[in-house]
Amino acid sequence: MAGIDWNPWRRFLALPNESRTKTIIMAFLVSAVCAVLVSGATVILRPIQTANRAAEEQARISDLVRGIPDMSALLETSGGTLSTVVIDLDMGRAAADVTRETLEATLADPTNWTVLDAGADLAGLGQRPNYAQIFLLRDNDGISLVLLPVTGQGYGGRIDAILAIHGDMNTIAGIAVTQHSETPGLGGRIEDRSWQESFPGTTIRDDSGAVRFNVARSAATTDYEVDGITGATRTGNGVTQMMRFWLGPDGYGPLIDAIQRREF
Amino acid sequence: MAARTPFWTTLTDPLIRQNPVTLQILGICSALAVTTSLATALTMSVSLTVVLTLAAGIISVIRRHIPDTIRLIVQIVIVASLVIVIDQILQAYFSEISRALSVYVGLITTNCLVLGRTEAYARYHAPLPSMVDAFGNGLGYSLVLIVIGAIRELFGWGQLMGIQVLPLADEGGWFTPLSLMLLAPSAFFLLGGVVWAVRSVQTEQVEPPDHTPPSRPEPAE
Repeated sequence: MAGIDWNPWRRFLALPNESRTKTIIMAFLVSAVCAVLVSGATVILRPIQTANRAAEEQARISDLVRGIPDMSALLETSGGTLSTVVIDLDMGRAAADVTRETLEATLADPTNWTVLDAGADLAGLGQRPNYAQIFLLRDNDGISLVLLPVTGQGYGGRIDAILAIHGDMNTIAGIAVTQHSETPGLGGRIEDRSWQESFPGTTIRDDSGAVRFNVARSAATTDYEVDGITGATRTGNGVTQMMRFWLGPDGYGPLIDAIQRREF
Repeated sequence: MAARTPFWTTLTDPLIRQNPVTLQILGICSALAVTTSLATALTMSVSLTVVLTLAAGIISVIRRHIPDTIRLIVQIVIVASLVIVIDQILQAYFSEISRALSVYVGLITTNCLVLGRTEAYARYHAPLPSMVDAFGNGLGYSLVLIVIGAIRELFGWGQLMGIQVLPLADEGGWFTPLSLMLLAPSAFFLLGGVVWAVRSVQTEQVEPPDHTPPSRPEPAE
């Protein structure tokens, strides 16, 4: 280093570490490089992640359908695909101006949610979206299976599930829990097939039209009950309330009535 | 061969003799949280080892130019960025496992082990030895996680890597799962047991007691 080095990079590196200039420039450089790394990874990998999430949802739905007795044969005859539709929950019919693609953007707008008052809010949700995406299986004489996404509050947090109902709209065909945070080994057993197997065949409403579905304390004794889970009373209650809310007038009630009247 | 010896000891020391978890009690939070099954323990181990090695390498490269006043911030920013990138990669290519790990990948950022190694070693050594040291510490951490994860999964589910090893009682076998093993406290007991076992063999790791109990004179008659 005979004279002054004119290369600005080397001059910068030669500065003492404690100088204010070097501190600020180093902080800026590290942040900039890290920002580029993180943004790059996020942008490049986002399409793959979105595809993953969609595939996972699809896999759960097809698992659910496959697990329902006689359903595979039905799928074969009907061409093997489920149709999907976004419905307006208040009206109980297909939404006019919301499609699958725009559903996410629509639900990002708080005006498309209904705040539930304490009496109606069985599932402890606080608010309910006005639109939901459901799946249908049609055959020659109308709808033979409906898949309804439901959500409620368990002991450890939110429970998300997909409920399958036969074409009579009063017999449960199956359930798939897609997301929960219940205690492993206790409430967490709601994701076990052995517990979910008590759902098919359960009746939802009695003759008067009231939702009677219930998770029992122990083994199911009536047609409206499914088995309880020992040591997970609050999880069971959460499932009961979730089902009663979503199958009731504030949930899919209008849609269920419309399908039963053959107006869907 | 003579040149390899320090590398070799740098790499193998953290496995038992200088194990970061059992000797320095670093990285305990994740060791408790992600060891309910062997698969999550393995993923966490690999993720942490990768982050640790890369972070040590990067910080070691710029070690002469990190101003002391902001060195911790610089280290945390580098570690956090690496963690986010790894998390994104997991979500893209190992979505199953990334769901199981969920929040814990983010916890690598605040894992004391990472900052501990960058602070204690990478700041004073060249990139290659730093990375070897970080890799060795990652392996030491992994060893503890895998042992605890295997024990918890075996006794909690009767499985290893999701394969049924012990026949369950409700499927006609003889094994009744131990639900306690799936709850966080069991990891604490097991970790304590591992620390005790290691220190029983390696007596030089035993720490002197912090306090001496007061001597109790014989009560006067």
